This record gives sequence, C-alpha cells and structure tokens, in this order.
Amino acid sequence: MNFEYSEEQNALKESIVRWAQDNYSFEQRRVGADSDNGFSQDHYNTFAELGWLSVPFSEEYGGYGGSVVDIAAVMEEFGKALVVEPVFPNLILFGGLLERSTNETIKADLIPQIIDGSLMGAVAMYEPQARFDVSNIATTANEAGDAYVISGHKSVVLGGAHAKKLIVVARTSGAQTDEDGLSLFLVDADASGVEVNAYPLMDGQRVADIHFNNATGQLISDLGNASLAISQVLEIAHVALAAEAVGLMSVLNQTTVEYTKTRKQFGVTISSFQALQHRMVDTFMSYEQAKSLLVGTLVELTDDRTTPERASKMVNALRTLVAKNGKHIGDEAIQLHGGMGLTDEMNIGHYHKRMMMINLIFGNGDFFQHQFNQVAYAS
Amino acid sequence: MDNNFSSADLEFQQEVRAFFKSAYTPELQAKVESGEDHKGVAIEWQNKLNDQGWFAVDWPVEVGGTGWTPVQKFIFETERCDAGAPDVVPFGVKMVAPVIYTFGNDEQKKRFLPRILTSEDWWCQGYSEPGAGSDLAALQTKAIKDGDDYLVTGAKIWTTYAQSADWIFCLVRTGTFEKRQQGISFLLIDMKSEGIQVNPIHSIDNHHSLNEVVFDNVRVPQENLIGVENQGWTYAKALLAHERTSIAGVADSRRWLREITELAKEQTNYRGKLIDDPLFQTRLSDIEIELMALEYMELRVLAKLSSGDTPGAESSLLKIKGTEIQQSLQELRMQAIGAYSGSLHLNDFESDLHRRGSNSRRAYMYGRAATIYGGSNEVQRNVIAKAVLGL
Repeated sequence: MNFEYSEEQNALKESIVRWAQDNYSFEQRRVGADSDNGFSQDHYNTFAELGWLSVPFSEEYGGYGGSVVDIAAVMEEFGKALVVEPVFPNLILFGGLLERSTNETIKADLIPQIIDGSLMGAVAMYEPQARFDVSNIATTANEAGDAYVISGHKSVVLGGAHAKKLIVVARTSGAQTDEDGLSLFLVDADASGVEVNAYPLMDGQRVADIHFNNATGQLISDLGNASLAISQVLEIAHVALAAEAVGLMSVLNQTTVEYTKTRKQFGVTISSFQALQHRMVDTFMSYEQAKSLLVGTLVELTDDRTTPERASKMVNALRTLVAKNGKHIGDEAIQLHGGMGLTDEMNIGHYHKRMMMINLIFGNGDFFQHQFNQVAYAS
Repeated sequence: MDNNFSSADLEFQQEVRAFFKSAYTPELQAKVESGEDHKGVAIEWQNKLNDQGWFAVDWPVEVGGTGWTPVQKFIFETERCDAGAPDVVPFGVKMVAPVIYTFGNDEQKKRFLPRILTSEDWWCQGYSEPGAGSDLAALQTKAIKDGDDYLVTGAKIWTTYAQSADWIFCLVRTGTFEKRQQGISFLLIDMKSEGIQVNPIHSIDNHHSLNEVVFDNVRVPQENLIGVENQGWTYAKALLAHERTSIAGVADSRRWLREITELAKEQTNYRGKLIDDPLFQTRLSDIEIELMALEYMELRVLAKLSSGDTPGAESSLLKIKGTEIQQSLQELRMQAIGAYSGSLHLNDFESDLHRRGSNSRRAYMYGRAATIYGGSNEVQRNVIAKAVLGL
C-alpha cells in the first residue's frame, strides 16, 4: 500500500517546480497571458525541451509512456503554477484522441510534432444544444470521394483559437443522441468551410466556436465507432482537470493562510480570530478530501481489478467533489482576503477563475453527481 | 501508487473473515439486536474474541495483546464491520489498559490487565466534570493524601456505563501549579468504595447510559496511582491520540450506507421507489462521495503509520469528517424509514421496519454525542488550526 508519487514522478514534479520558480512568477506569467495568443510560445517550447509534452504518449511515437498517474503528477504542478499554456487541449484531448486513432500514418506523423511543441491541435466535440452530453452530436459527415464533408457547429473548443489541426467528432449514422454512429475526422483549421470565431475565457485561455460548412475531413477512426475512444480520453481528461484543480486548491489555501498571518485589523493579525481559523480549517479539510479522492481514483484506475462501473463511479465522485470543494476554497480565499480579494493584482482571483472554468468544462458538479447517481443507484 | 495488501495481509484477511463468519452466530446477532442485557451480551462476545486471542487488538504481545501492525488492525476493523459484529466496549481494553501497560508498575499490570482481558472487570472513564468539558484541564476533583491513601472529593459527568462498572479511571487534582495541566494525577478507583454515588442521566435517546459520579471523601489506596503524581495529564494525552486513530469509522459508515441503499430499494414514496427519486439519490451520493474521500484519507494515514510515522493532527481531521458523515447517515436512515423512525418501542415490534425505525431514532439521537465527545469537533478545529496551519 502506497499513496505517494514515485521517485520518478516526484523528479518530474520537482522539475516543474524549479522551472516555475525561475521563470513563471505571477508577473512573468502575465506577459504570456496578456499577449494576443493568451500564452507564451517560448514557455511552451521549454515544456517540449524539458520533455513534459511527451508524458502521455507511448514510446513508439517518442513519448514517455506515462500513465494517468504521471499525467496527474504533471497537471497538479501545472495547477499550482497556474500554467496558462494549452497543454490540456493539445496533449490530453487532441493528443489523446489522436493516439486512439486507427490511422497509423497520421499518428506517426503528428504525435512527434505534438511532443516537440510544433503542432497545436484542438478537439471540436461539444455542441451548444448538447451541454455535457457527448453523444448529442448534430454535426454530420458525409462521404464524398475518398474524403468526408462535415457540417455543424462546435462550441467552446478548447485550444480552438490557435489550433492548426482539428479533430472533429461528427455523426455518420444514427439519431442525434445515439451513442453509436460517431466518427473522428482530422480537419485543417484553415481549410475552406471552416469558420473559427475565437474569444478569451475568464481563465485566460483562447477558445473558439467553430462552424463547419461542407469542410473536408479525413476519417481517422473506425466508421461510426468512436465513442469508446472518446470516453477513454474523457476519463483521463476528467482526472487531469481534477489534479490541476487540486494544485489550485493547495495554492489558494496556502496563500490565504499566509495572508491572514500578515493582515492586521483591530490591532492584531486576523489569523488570531477563531471565526477565521475554523473557516481555514474547513478549507484545509476540503483540500484534503479532494486530494485523497484524487489519489484513490489514480490508484483504482491503474488497478486491473477495477471494473468500468467502479472507474466511472470514482471519476464522477472526484469531479463532483472537486466542483464543490473547489468553489468552497476559492470563495473563502476571496472572502478572507477581504477587499484585496477582489483586485486583479492579487493572484488568488486568477486561481479562482481557473477553478471555476474547470468546473464548467465537460460537466459541472450537478452533472457529475447525476452521472454518479446513475451508476451507483440505477435499479 | 497502489492500494494492494501484501500476500501475508491478504491471508490474514481471509482468516479474520472466516473467524467472524463462524463466531458471530445468528443467535448472538439476535441477542445484540434485541438491545437487552447489553452488558451480558457484550461480555459473551468479548470472551469469544478473547478465546481467539483477538480481544486486545492494540496491546503488545508481552501483555497479552495481538501485536498487530496498523494494517492488520485496519483489516480486522473492516472485516468486523462487514460482518455486522459489534465493537468491544472500549473503556477497559482500549482506554485504561494502554495507560496501565505503558505507565503502570508491574504490580498494577498483573492486577488489572488479566481481568480486563476476561471482561471480569468493567471500567468507566472519569474525565469530564460539570465545570470541565472541552476545557478538561479545568477539572476540580481533588485527591488529598491521607496516610497511605488519597481522599477523593468531587464529581465526574457523562460517565458511560458507570451504573454497571467495577472500576473508574479518573483524572484528579493533586497539586496546584501555575500550569493547570501539571497538578493532575491518574487514579484508579474501585466503584464499590464508600462515598461514591452514581446519579443516572437520562439522555435524548430515551435511554440510560450516561451518569454523574459523585465522590465524597472516597478513600483510595496510593498504590492505585498510575505513574508519578502530577503527571497524569501526559498519560491521558498519550491515550487520547490512541483513541482517535480509529475514530473515522469508515467501515461502520459504509455498512450504514449499504443498509440505507438496500432499504431505499424496498421503500416507496410519493414518486415511486425511493431509490429512483433523484432528490433522495442526491442526498445519498452527497454522503457516499464524502465517504469515498474519507476512506482514502484514512488509508493515506494508515500508509503513513505503516512506514513508521506517528499520527498527528490527521486524527483530528478523520474525527471531524468521520463523525459528520455518521450523523448524516443517521439522519438519512430515519428519512428512508419514514415515520416509524419516531417510534419509542423497544420490543414487541409489529414489523421489522418498526424495529429499524426505533433503532434509527436511538442512533440519531445518541449519535449527536459523536461531535461532542473525544474532544468536540470545534476543539479538533482548534487543534488543526494550531498544529497544521500554524495559526
């Protein structure tokens, strides 16, 4: 029984900590975050040089062959540093679906480009009417010669503002909400019939709504049979976001505790007030709960004996708890900072905005709890 | 990262599981559930455990204990809960015994420990006083030297099972120092001593387990003093850390959760089957998700213990979350059973649901104590604020 990261995983985490200390102060981070792209290509190239972008990919394509635990180790540290560079959309989503593609030539061509930092991709999956239901896909793809033509509207595409390549989830058969009948297509973002409407989100990332109007795409999955790959990638994505959120929580709590030890009111530091102490103990417990459930999820997901139902239960429980406790911790951090908590110059507001965004992506607390209920109590 | 037990631990798990299956018989279960003759039934069960050598789980081997590792204790506790078997009555075996074998002299060990193992002596705890609850160091019960004896005068309160106890272990004031904690001693007192009066306290669960114990010049031989005079606070604190490591109650809570889930599959409400009601499902999963987190919190602490760390403020965290979950489950069980949960019947139930209703009421009402005893949850928050957050 062991619930700690391995020596190798700790070394990986340590390299991120050291890099962030030297290169990614709140002010240094802002230079990239406030630029047109919303991130720094230089930093992103450094991630490639340090090998971090190779973590999720198999060794066959020059990757590190990392497990979901390795991914979580990286994401937890990225959360602590509030990394705004688009690692999640490019590696976990685009790279994740690409690696599960059935087209070996494309994989061998593109995955090394993700690892060396030269390729930015995005996954165009969710649609406005679907909210969090990945099976609710109205976008269609029809065969036209040796390619397909795609039409439809994809919303809040993460990484969509700067992606060169898109993986589009489109329906090739079945009714709009059928789980079967979904296929994956590779589309050039600058192809004709692709309209990218980019905008920033509150956490600084640049996303897009993308409209496809008879855009040409290449089939990269088995026809009508992509839902397994999608659910596998989403499972890892949920854990990666939860790990990032746990990293955010730890900084929010730590920053707040330190602040109350320096802020004086009524002639004393406000950390001496029991009313505030107990609130900080509660946020500490919220963090410990989330961290423990993250660890539990990692342990069970990497255990062969875990059934798909149990895995689904763990992941949905984790995302439910992260949604609740993340909001609790973020709100308390701002409240305990008082007026300073509302200022843009303090970092906690930025951490809180990232936390809120995590809890809006691919599901919110209510959605995950609903999913949990379905798995746990279906009669 | 992994949560695998070693193969030796897995074998041990099978052995424990088989034991509970054969030892906790349906006849014994029926007796436990009847709630009658609590002491007699508890002794019967404890003697079965003792015959197996598994009663003094926490004790070292040389004084008659199991000498188990933290993981083995965890497995034993989990299997016990899964089997539905009751916990032992803690005051002797889990509370006073560790103080006796850690800080007592050989004479005391020989005199008291064997009779605790056989459940011949029944113990109760004399810590809290009418004026000293969460602020335990404010205790006023005095022990004044008189020849070879102490004369003890004062009052203890919330003393569970004092009405059926043979002995009480007490914190008493033997000196006055600037630091209040310094003048406290740990004294063992025979409940048959002259000058002791036990006044019952009837609690909101319509039951009598709590008492006030009043001492009026009670003569106690000095040989009943544990360790050194005025050092009792240190001994009691060491004991408290002991008390809290298993306080999360994960395995028990999981059993309650399973029971409620099963119950909700049988019961119906205005919408149909209770388990299909999204509101009920959400109340259930609110608790289940917290329990899943608590389970891994406990396992993480256990892994730390196994690698030789001593438990610190983590036990406060486990206590707070564990007791909050217990109380939520007690409430939801009443909701799942419905109005029968108001029943005051204690026997002659018309149906099994009546019985469970009455039990759930008692569990809920007495369950309020869990966030108060063992250091109230507010005191635990103070501990975490100081020890972990440095506030």
